[in-house]
Amino acid sequence: MLLIRCPYCEEERPELEFRHAGEAHVVRSGELASISDEDFEKFFFIRSNPKGVVFERWRHIHGCARFFNAARSTITDRFYLTYKAGEPKPEVDFSAIDTGPAAWANREPAEPNVAAGAEPGKSD
Amino acid sequence: MAKAATPIAALRRPAVSGRETMATGVRIAVLPPAERISLRAPAGSIGALSQALGLDLPTKPKTSSAKGGRSALWLGPDEWLVIDQTAGDPLADCASVKALHSAAGVSHRNVAFSVSGPAAEATISAGCPQDLSLAAFPVGACSRTILGKIEIVVLRIGEDSFRVECWRSFSDYAWTFLAEAARDAGV
Repeated sequence: MLLIRCPYCEEERPELEFRHAGEAHVVRSGELASISDEDFEKFFFIRSNPKGVVFERWRHIHGCARFFNAARSTITDRFYLTYKAGEPKPEVDFSAIDTGPAAWANREPAEPNVAAGAEPGKSD
Repeated sequence: MAKAATPIAALRRPAVSGRETMATGVRIAVLPPAERISLRAPAGSIGALSQALGLDLPTKPKTSSAKGGRSALWLGPDEWLVIDQTAGDPLADCASVKALHSAAGVSHRNVAFSVSGPAAEATISAGCPQDLSLAAFPVGACSRTILGKIEIVVLRIGEDSFRVECWRSFSDYAWTFLAEAARDAGV
């Protein structure tokens, strides 16, 4: 089971206690009525959805019930860091933290790990 | 209007009341009704509320405090579950506090179970993903967490003794789950 560190409980807790709550650091305009339709669309509908590290809101709903932010890799599901809601988006070079290929859970047992740097799932 | 012959409390029949079961190394019992409040307050109000309630509200995660049959369980950074097992009324005690807070009576929202015996930890662990070993979850530790499909609050009363609180409508599920888990835990 995935263990996620809750910055309020100050320890790692099982993933069953948490719930995903969308992308983090989406700023709501203070003058929502006067912004253009395009800007509203960007705020309301458009999400970055990257392949790699994504900043997300999570909620420790079956624990302390607090929202917090997390940096997670959408490829490996690894949580790089979590921090309290309201704290600024941390400037971290995640490529430096990433050590080698991910353990792709669904690969065939006989299939070797893809070499570091290669993009998993990409077919030429 | 004629007065009721018996007090209301005597007429109340709480969910799953009086149930008790034993298995190898563990005993599960439904605890009698208690007074409970859900308390929310900012850091600046903790002193005044602690004084009014007669115990120190814990401020460290996963900790609780107890005094004279009354316990305060840390649930979140500004949230506590206060349980009074004597005749006290924590809601009335908080009413006199001028400092900013929110106290909601939830006495009958919860049903409590006692899970005790050498296999108590294994019984709860059948459905609770948290590490309940003594090192990670010492006596006095408490947490809101999961049991199977429902949310519970676990409080470790002793090395071999837990109090499990769940919402009333989930009490039948919690009871059945714990009773089934107890049959396996002692094996």
